[in-house]
Amino acid sequence: MKPLTFRLLAEPGERLDLSALVPDRLAGQPVSDIAALPVGTTRTGVKVGDLFRITGKDASSLVFDGGSRRFDQVGAGMTSGSIRVVGDVGFRAGRAMGGGTLVIEGSAGEELGSGLSGGRIEVTGNAGDRLGAPLAGELQGVSGGTIVVRGKAGHRAGEKMRRGLIAVLKGCGDHLGLGMIAGTIVVTGRVGAMPGYLMKRGSLLLDRRPDVLSPTFVDGGNADIAFSGLFDRFLIAEKILDKPLLGTAPTRICGDNAVFGKGEIMFRRRR
Amino acid sequence: MQQLIRNGVVIDDTFAEAFGMRATAIIITAPTLKWARQAAITMTGFATSVIGCGCEAGIDMDLSETETPDGRPGCRVMLFAMGTDELQKQLKTRLGQCVLTSPGSACFAGLEGSAPLDLGSALRYFGDGWQISKKFGGRHYWRVPVMDGEFLCEATTGLTKQAVGGGNMLLLAADWARALKAAETAVAAIEKVPGVIMPFPGGIVRSGSKVGGKYKGMMASTNDAFAPTLKGAVKTALEPGTNAVLEIVIDGETSDAVSDAMRAGLKAVVKLGPKQGALRISAGNYGGKLGKFHYHLRELLP
Repeated sequence: MKPLTFRLLAEPGERLDLSALVPDRLAGQPVSDIAALPVGTTRTGVKVGDLFRITGKDASSLVFDGGSRRFDQVGAGMTSGSIRVVGDVGFRAGRAMGGGTLVIEGSAGEELGSGLSGGRIEVTGNAGDRLGAPLAGELQGVSGGTIVVRGKAGHRAGEKMRRGLIAVLKGCGDHLGLGMIAGTIVVTGRVGAMPGYLMKRGSLLLDRRPDVLSPTFVDGGNADIAFSGLFDRFLIAEKILDKPLLGTAPTRICGDNAVFGKGEIMFRRRR
Repeated sequence: MQQLIRNGVVIDDTFAEAFGMRATAIIITAPTLKWARQAAITMTGFATSVIGCGCEAGIDMDLSETETPDGRPGCRVMLFAMGTDELQKQLKTRLGQCVLTSPGSACFAGLEGSAPLDLGSALRYFGDGWQISKKFGGRHYWRVPVMDGEFLCEATTGLTKQAVGGGNMLLLAADWARALKAAETAVAAIEKVPGVIMPFPGGIVRSGSKVGGKYKGMMASTNDAFAPTLKGAVKTALEPGTNAVLEIVIDGETSDAVSDAMRAGLKAVVKLGPKQGALRISAGNYGGKLGKFHYHLRELLP
């Protein structure tokens, strides 16, 4: 069976809420019903069928052939199956996802993977600010699953993360892992100011020493530990990185001592 | 009893009788194989027999750095016990006293079993609040700060109920040196078989036992039928020219692993021949009434 494919006919005239188009909700639905689903955010009442040409039958794997910065909430709330977007997406892609895989062959807007609890999100381009962050009033960000951004991420990536893995491969903005509760964030490339600010626990694993660090972080030395080797092998096996990140005896900086102080920033030792 | 002859070595047409056991395995790694082995040897010390040691344990195999989870050299250690609770207790105490304490060590699950046994889940409290939990790749690890860095330990390992303990062979020789040569040859061959351990010293038992004895409360006593110095005094199982007997005891993850190990041991001893090694090979059983698993030498011969 061919994947259920939504071919974008033209750039949408308004922002779209595509949270209805996830495998869990489309399983067993006839194409006519899918075409009638409302996806607009204004009074025009725009429907799926007005914007996309629908082909294929397999609702467990969806393809958006053509993307747009106006595609909001792509894959939001999905718990199984896969969604592939050939193009960019707007904000909150993969919001509150619990399982399955979301692959974006382009860039994503703000709050990508906000509140992720399981599954995997992969973005080949860049991601906006507040990657995986909680929405206003929520107490935690990512609580499970994996987000891989192969380009850059904006400010406050991994805010209030509780569990899981976020990897950003071409650097990120300020306040990486802001208020992190636990979990693991990997960043290769330049990291902005104050990474790990107010982090309680958790790990920021980098490929270099951050330029600007909060003074509430303290030196933890260069102990020879087995964890770095284990995690390096995991990153390579998962095809997140193609070479080891930390090596043996990475430099460890502990913080944020302004709060609980059991978090860590680790990066490869420079000899 | 009928006897078979291979390469001049006489093989009794008998069987080894073995029992169902619970088993688990862990992988211990360290910066060097020497120190991985040291932790493993220490952990598997005083673990020859469940009767007196609570468990039977040994090193299954060495692992190169490409075969371990953290990319450091290591070895796979197996533990056997009669019940799950005892196995868990032995695993926890030996891990805490012998592996946690060993320089540079880390510990990982070595078996995907039917149920989990605690490793790091139990030891994490040594970290006194500084322990770090890490979950990735569907697995859970604990990092415990220690004086040489961190003790990295997977949260749990697996338990199997398919394990077998007590596979064995008796090697009868003209003198002590030849008996030892035969036993060492068998041990070297069996060490290459995955999924088995030989829990006795160097894999060899010199004090084979029979059930019970003349003294009250003795669960086991010397196997007088195979004791060469008693040849004239008791109903002996030995020929006049036999002056030393050594036994190999094998515990395996599965019954097939025990068969493979016995096959490898028999082949090696037969190849060594009677001039340098064993004149005769036998096996220990209790008439077949006690153990569920019977390994007939006839079927395992090369």
